Amino acid sequence: MGTISKRGLAALAVASVLPLAFGSFSAAFAKDKVKIAFVGPLTGAISPHGIGGRNSAELAVKLMNAEPNAKYEYELVVLDDECKPNVGVQVVTKIASDRSIIAAIPHYCSATAIATVDIFNRFKMPMVVWAAVLPEITYAKKYPEVHRVSGILIGQNRIGAQFMKARGYKKFVSFADSTDYGKSMNKYFTQFTLENGNEILGSFSVPPDQQDLSAELTKIKELNPEVIYFGGLTPLGARLRTQMAKFGINAQLEGNSGIMGDAFVNAAGPELAEGTLTFFDSPPMSKMPGGKMFSDAYKAAGYSEPPEAYGPFAYVATRLVMETIEKVGPDRAKVTADLGDVKDRPSIVGPVTFDDHGQNITPLTTSYVVQDGKWVVWEESEYVSGKRKLKNLP
Amino acid sequence: MGMIGQHLLNGLMQGTIYGLVAMGFTIFFGVMNVIKFSHGDVLTLGAFGGLVAVWAANALGLSVPLQFIVALCVAMALTAVVGAGISHFLIMPLRNAPPLNMLLMTMMVGTAIREAIRLFFPNGTNPQRFPELLPAGGFNIGPSFFRTDAIILIIAGAASIGAVYWIINHSKFGLAMRAVAEDTETARVMGIDFGRIIPLTFALGSITAGFAGMIYALYYSEINYSMGLLLAVIGFTAAIVGGLGNIWGAIIGGYLFAGLQTFVVAAMPSMSDYKNVFAFVLIIVLITWRPTGLLAERGSERV
Repeated sequence: MGTISKRGLAALAVASVLPLAFGSFSAAFAKDKVKIAFVGPLTGAISPHGIGGRNSAELAVKLMNAEPNAKYEYELVVLDDECKPNVGVQVVTKIASDRSIIAAIPHYCSATAIATVDIFNRFKMPMVVWAAVLPEITYAKKYPEVHRVSGILIGQNRIGAQFMKARGYKKFVSFADSTDYGKSMNKYFTQFTLENGNEILGSFSVPPDQQDLSAELTKIKELNPEVIYFGGLTPLGARLRTQMAKFGINAQLEGNSGIMGDAFVNAAGPELAEGTLTFFDSPPMSKMPGGKMFSDAYKAAGYSEPPEAYGPFAYVATRLVMETIEKVGPDRAKVTADLGDVKDRPSIVGPVTFDDHGQNITPLTTSYVVQDGKWVVWEESEYVSGKRKLKNLP
Repeated sequence: MGMIGQHLLNGLMQGTIYGLVAMGFTIFFGVMNVIKFSHGDVLTLGAFGGLVAVWAANALGLSVPLQFIVALCVAMALTAVVGAGISHFLIMPLRNAPPLNMLLMTMMVGTAIREAIRLFFPNGTNPQRFPELLPAGGFNIGPSFFRTDAIILIIAGAASIGAVYWIINHSKFGLAMRAVAEDTETARVMGIDFGRIIPLTFALGSITAGFAGMIYALYYSEINYSMGLLLAVIGFTAAIVGGLGNIWGAIIGGYLFAGLQTFVVAAMPSMSDYKNVFAFVLIIVLITWRPTGLLAERGSERV
């Protein structure tokens, strides 16, 4: 065995110590990775909304990860619920049973959300709904895990009924999809419209994927309403508008948050969409407290798809979950407890305050009308000045 | 019920689409004893082919009538080639296999076509707006509004049904087809080119699907990757009700199904959500009453 020189020994010592030193050095700067899940319809007819929400949630994660003071590095696990309750149950069970995922930002579609709330409760996984507006999601049961930043459809229908009464409309027909969401829309539309002393000539309910509406529209034409109320989502809404025109039905179309967004105007076409009314629980992005920041950041991120109406809410829900994890750590029970106490939390859509059912109580219902292929706030539209007119005004 | 004329027109329009789909099923079964479950997806493929053709024709600056003709030709040619291809490469090699294998294989082919459209067509998961190529508007007769495009499409649909009937019953190809349907071995002994007649038969059946796809696209101004699914179920049901293997049975089955759907909505608007349930339940009763179909027992000649 040969001898080792002093210099060789020193080099060996340095060589053996260096990796340890660098290891501990980099470990001091590495952040723990925390997984959160986003669930929405990424395929199928509702996918423009799901993709807009996904991009917005992803943007929130990117911006948080870029913050030097953030304690954790966040990873967004994205899953597709196809806007189908059975698929929603599968994907939510998958993420809820994965203990490495701390919280979820789920669902655009109410029919899917109402099918999965029990799973979040059973697996004790905190979540913040980003879009689905069915009241029962938060109010049917008192689950501490369930929260929602978007509004509920009761307010939209109340404001909508008042709006139509103020314009002098009296004769309505209801056309809703046959999901829980559509039924609930029809229920509150009927309640507020009748309370206002107006008349509902008929109510129609069709599956959301029904293509042929000719039999229903024939009956509606016979009833000759001034207004057709629509309670459903974009694909069926656009189909209704297209086929109304083909049947020569000149009624005013009254929608709600289900058709809010660029996707409806694109699917129906700007000409047919013109004058469609909608009541949505948020002011336009330009009037949101952080609307400009969100809009600029979204543009800078280079997404090719628009955020759609609920993108800012997906951003807020994701941001809220991450802020809570920053505060209490990546622990499901602690995150659930802390989300329950959210009051006047600043966000890009305005302050978020959860009531005792986890429902954000501060959304502002705003009336919109399609003008030249864009959703415009009613008060700022040419319909107010009288330059353009709604259909069938009495 | 002041809108009886309108409901009648609606039912005729839907019945024409269902009848065309059912006619394809009956041609395949009549000649080869094959239930080709990819038929609805071939229809979808035809409609998407027509859409691409319209885009291309529009980009080339062709007039709207020319765009319409190009779209129709492309949709029918595409479905003919795909139908003939399915029969040559997939059905013929399996012709001696159990019928269940054939059924499963055609279902899988249909799924592959459907998913390929969803994945590879630009923005394929979303409904696609189909340009309006027929004259818009219409006219009123009493309280009923008769859409010009619907009348054109119903006449075109009826003409195509007549054309297929003529091909089968009065052309040389039709004679060969009927001979194969009647007795394959004897037909071959008599010099009928079996390997040519079968793909041509499938091409003919698939052309009806391509035509139905175009009628659907033009009438609703919207197509989507899964539109063939329910149409295939309804078309197949209509073929069974009429008597699988009997062309007129298929047509009657198609109009019957559309009539039942329309009747539910017209008579009970609040029950419109249940129109498919109601129609299928009545069809079940009908099949139980006449298991071989409405017309099959009367005339035994197939196709």
